[in-house]
Amino acid sequence: MAEELHEHGHQLGDHLYIHRHTSIHELAPHVKLVSAISFIFVAVFTPANFYLNFALYAALLFVVVMIARLPLSKVLSRMIVEIPFVLFAVIMPFVGPAPMIEIAGITVSEAGFNAGFGILAKGTIGVLTSIVLSATTPARDILMGLERLRVPSMLIQIATFMLRYSAVVTDELRRMKISRESRGFDATGPKQWGIIAQTAGALFIRSYERGERVHLAMMSRGYDGVLPAPTLPALPLSVWLQASLLPLLALVILIVRISL
Amino acid sequence: MSIPVLELKEVAFAYPDGHQALFGVNLHIHQNERVALLGPNGAGKTTLVMHLNGILHSGHGSVSVAGLKIDPSDKKSLKEIRRRVGIVFQDPDDQLFMPTVREDVAFGPHNMGIRGDELTARVDEALTQVGMLEFADRAPHHLSFGQRRRVALATVLAMKPEILILDEPSSNLDPASRRELAEILRSLSITLLMVTHDLPYALELCPRSVILSGGVIVADASTIDILQNETLMNEQRLELPFGFDPAVAYKQLNKTI
Repeated sequence: MAEELHEHGHQLGDHLYIHRHTSIHELAPHVKLVSAISFIFVAVFTPANFYLNFALYAALLFVVVMIARLPLSKVLSRMIVEIPFVLFAVIMPFVGPAPMIEIAGITVSEAGFNAGFGILAKGTIGVLTSIVLSATTPARDILMGLERLRVPSMLIQIATFMLRYSAVVTDELRRMKISRESRGFDATGPKQWGIIAQTAGALFIRSYERGERVHLAMMSRGYDGVLPAPTLPALPLSVWLQASLLPLLALVILIVRISL
Repeated sequence: MSIPVLELKEVAFAYPDGHQALFGVNLHIHQNERVALLGPNGAGKTTLVMHLNGILHSGHGSVSVAGLKIDPSDKKSLKEIRRRVGIVFQDPDDQLFMPTVREDVAFGPHNMGIRGDELTARVDEALTQVGMLEFADRAPHHLSFGQRRRVALATVLAMKPEILILDEPSSNLDPASRRELAEILRSLSITLLMVTHDLPYALELCPRSVILSGGVIVADASTIDILQNETLMNEQRLELPFGFDPAVAYKQLNKTI
């Protein structure tokens, strides 16, 4: 697909970003963040035994994925991060307290089943929402959005530096690894852990020293505690309404279910 | 004579651990001069550079930039000093810390209070000077080393400094990038102090050289005279690359300019 080949220079720490021109991609980042977080909140506040609700939330997200033209295979493969939680959720019905119920011929704890299902369903909705957010918003824009939402600037600065230097530090680690191996080092077991720990220590010191040099360079250009950031303009109500469609629909579904 | 752009009087400095790096440095640099600061490793060159914009301050001796004396207790004048003195550090990865080239070049002028269209104009102008305008929206990590060094230069040019200080500008550059940088530096009409081990580069770009050794200035003369003074060169552990004849290079230089 030709669309996958072009980019406009937003490649920084953006291995998660999938470039497209869609209404979801073009939505202002702070609006998108508010929308995604409120949607997750609705999902989290939904009682675990409202099984159908979660299916409907997932369907809503599916529509968003379609509008954003994200490849389903990629979205699904990124869900791997959820696996540890899935394992935990699967164990719960078997170790939960009485009363027991029978599902498909297996006796499980009712409370354990609901708790497990809750973790699984809410976790999945949360992970899926984050995947859609990170695939449609460059990392830098997410930070700009957070800044616009008045997240403390110190946190934003730390995240900005992480974004800038993660590649530099990874490169440094790779070079150290190559130099280790070039001199016949082969990490096969606990005997080599000492060397690996030393590498980690050396990497820490190097990064610390780089931090100092970066700080010096910043001071030399008049840094006084604030990183300049492009300001995001105030947006008309219609944009907010458009963006709130997702959490609002989810909320309506929840309210309908409660009033039934 | 006019007020020197950079004036050092008896600058001495000892690190907190007692190691003394500078023993009374005197130096005058006048407008539009291009000076190379030479000296072996450990001569105190980097320590000296850190004094030039008030990062390090010894209390002994004084540093003035275009008539303004550095006073570390006066935050406001320190900010002005840091505008007047533009330092390009050796490792561009230390200097380029913002997510995009454009934001990084805007960092300095933004700290000086410049905003809006004027800021954009400053950034564009600085990037044009180093021939990197088309890379404005790139992330620094995706540029080549030579390109990163040019952007690092632009981040300082955007502050319109009175004096440009370069720490080992030619280090780690391939010959083509090295030449491109020389062309850029020659095209700027600015006062320049270049810390370097690269003696041919010093000859090419700086008519005047000073040698810092053992924490004092031991020589201050025209670059060609210093490079041809074998006794001085040997004493200071300065060596020309194999096969390099300064006299021939100097003749060639005067022909091309």
